[in-house]
Amino acid sequence: MFDAFDATLLARLQFAFTVSFHFIFPSFSIGLASYLAVLEALWLWTGRAVYLDLFKYWLKIFALAFGMGVVSGIVMSYQFGTNWSVFSDKVGPVIGPLMAYEVLTAFFLEAGFLGVMLFGMNRVGKSLHFTATLAVAVGTFISAFWILSANSWMHTPAGHAIAANGQFVPVDWIEVIFNPSFPYRLVHTVLAAYLTTALVVGGVGAWHLLAGRKTDGTRVMFSMAMGMITVVAPIQILAGDQQGLNTLEHQPVKVMAMEGHFQSHSDGAPLVLFGWPDMKEGKVLYDVSIPKLSSLILKHSLDAPLAGLDTVERSEWPPVPIVFWAFRIMVGLGLLMLLLAGVSLLARVRGALYDWPWLHRLALAMGPAGFVAVIAGWVTTEVGRQPYTVHGLLRTADSVSPLEAPAVATSLLAFICVYFIVFGAGVHYILRLMSQPPRHDEEGPHGDVPARAAGITPAPAVAARQGKV
Amino acid sequence: MPMAFDLPTIWAFIIAFAIFAYVVMDGFDLGIGILFPAFAEGRERDAAMNSIAPVWDGNETWLVLGGGGLMAAFPMAYGVILSALYTPIIAMLLALIFRGVAFEFRWRDPGHRKYWDAAFTFGSLVAAFAQGITLGGLLQGISVDARAYSGGWWDWLSPFSLLVGVALVCGYALLGATWLIMKSEGSLLDHCYRLALRFAVATIVGMAAVSAWTPFLANDYYLRWFAWPQVLFTAQVPLLVAAASVGFFFALRRKHSYLPFLIALGLFALGLIGLGISLYPYVVPRAITIWDAAAPAKSLGFMLVGAAVMVPIILVYTGYAYWVFRGKTGHEGYH
Repeated sequence: MFDAFDATLLARLQFAFTVSFHFIFPSFSIGLASYLAVLEALWLWTGRAVYLDLFKYWLKIFALAFGMGVVSGIVMSYQFGTNWSVFSDKVGPVIGPLMAYEVLTAFFLEAGFLGVMLFGMNRVGKSLHFTATLAVAVGTFISAFWILSANSWMHTPAGHAIAANGQFVPVDWIEVIFNPSFPYRLVHTVLAAYLTTALVVGGVGAWHLLAGRKTDGTRVMFSMAMGMITVVAPIQILAGDQQGLNTLEHQPVKVMAMEGHFQSHSDGAPLVLFGWPDMKEGKVLYDVSIPKLSSLILKHSLDAPLAGLDTVERSEWPPVPIVFWAFRIMVGLGLLMLLLAGVSLLARVRGALYDWPWLHRLALAMGPAGFVAVIAGWVTTEVGRQPYTVHGLLRTADSVSPLEAPAVATSLLAFICVYFIVFGAGVHYILRLMSQPPRHDEEGPHGDVPARAAGITPAPAVAARQGKV
Repeated sequence: MPMAFDLPTIWAFIIAFAIFAYVVMDGFDLGIGILFPAFAEGRERDAAMNSIAPVWDGNETWLVLGGGGLMAAFPMAYGVILSALYTPIIAMLLALIFRGVAFEFRWRDPGHRKYWDAAFTFGSLVAAFAQGITLGGLLQGISVDARAYSGGWWDWLSPFSLLVGVALVCGYALLGATWLIMKSEGSLLDHCYRLALRFAVATIVGMAAVSAWTPFLANDYYLRWFAWPQVLFTAQVPLLVAAASVGFFFALRRKHSYLPFLIALGLFALGLIGLGISLYPYVVPRAITIWDAAAPAKSLGFMLVGAAVMVPIILVYTGYAYWVFRGKTGHEGYH
């Protein structure tokens, strides 16, 4: 029994580690793929070289990030079976097809056209190349659609029945796919990906502006990024609020943990700003609270009653401190993003977007904030679903593979070592690319070797050579 | 052999197709990784890498389809097989990470290119070996109790599974060498003809050894291969392998460009048919049939619509991507 618990905990750590690492790359590449499509479209439309330079500049970074996303994603598609075989067996009939659709409609599309996008500019011409870029961008979105549908179903299962053998079986696919939390989660997550990318692009632009490299390329990328943040950051806060209300309806226990509400409040619950949730004591220690504000946010009324964790069995509690703090990190960063949006808007209105060092310092500091917020949000929602894998229906402890703890411990250690070495190197290379400003006649990916004539060898010459052999 | 074309059977064939597509397509990628140390640093290596850089990602997607498809169509088998073969699967995943990132990293960091080239080889070799061990571990049988794996975490380790691992490494190297025969010129081309010959011999010996051993793993396999009159059908497989082998050496001697690769694909197809004869209709030998493991019809039907529409489209644009990068690759490639 004790061993089984250890293996479960290790399996959870392993999943959390591999999925968090993986999530970093798509949350960047979803936004970056769209940004690249926009840049290429602007180049084709206006003919301005700066857009092509920026396209090639970010394409190199995209190639690295996407590659790391692919290899860390393959791990995920097998982790369900290796570490969560009981979960896979029981839930496979419902979420398996959603993942299969992700592979069929998104992964192949992205992978098939990525080669053309990265290497094919000279081979296929501008418009086909743009089609490839669009295909990759659309592919990343379709991928998000399916995987978030599957993930949302684990939070708000719908459209299923439970068979005699214990398996979840689909009854109505539309209800399964468009389960109650899915639309909110999809909007919130995709906006998060766009924000993350805009923050990175803005941070890189700010870095070069601070270093005095006020070239066309740096200005355009900084301006585009700040514009995106100004539009998306406020919408994202609204979208987050909506997802919170949806969570309150379907997973109230998660919201209790997020809010740190151990006690029920009959006439208006306070908003706990900070504090240390003590699960043993069942209260938040050292708390700083604003009376009645939580009821106002969640119920839109100062005196609305809100139930607390005291109405729920302790065996149903998620790990409250993790959820509580992860949520605060996410919201805090969201507010800072809103601040950046406001300051940059002010600078733009004053015509000083490229001249305010403090704005650039803020943008630079916020460069990685998207990643932290995304992971914090992910932790909030996933840890908040505990102790269940399928909310209310399948416990985490009943989902795990019948593995021996040493097996999971060894693989966890291997994952940690390999991920830090490989992805550490990858992030280092990305930062090195970013430390260079975009240049005129920017080289494409792998531009460190001279462009070869083969790329523009006319087809008959190629055919003739093939025939010769 | 009863052959009802119901949903589980159709899905068994779709997943078999995905696995075959994966094995031959990522097979030549991994094979090039395995052969990498044999190529001269600089031009030869760059040309070899360039010949697969635009397509490897698509090739590897078939592995995700194989895994995702198995989870969706045969969830119990997915859970049982992956937890039984935990160690080789995790080793494969980690190895594929090294292999996959090397494509980009070696260009980004010329100072450490040697290390990423080594990671490319090491990753390819371990991934191929682990895939072979996985197959061997499955063929030799998995203990199952109440819808779950009931063995230990070293059960997969046996002389047989190691043999399958070695055979698959040789097979992938053969695919890689013959792929490069199509795609390379000059010294690399000559080099690949020589490598193809060596690895063809090794692959055929490996296939023969695995095939000869399999029927004696369990009585079940023996009957499937040698029972009268089924043997009239099953005997065609080794006969075709023999014919293909002769054809291969002939094609190599005549310095054919495409034929060696196509015949190597044929050898893999025959290997898969042999595997089908040994296994069908079991997914886990003697324990779980495709009908035991199948998801309900509502799941399989829903996915079949997607597969029927999408797989042909995927094949078309994958074909297009290969077409764009057709012909011989230079060492500076598409860059």
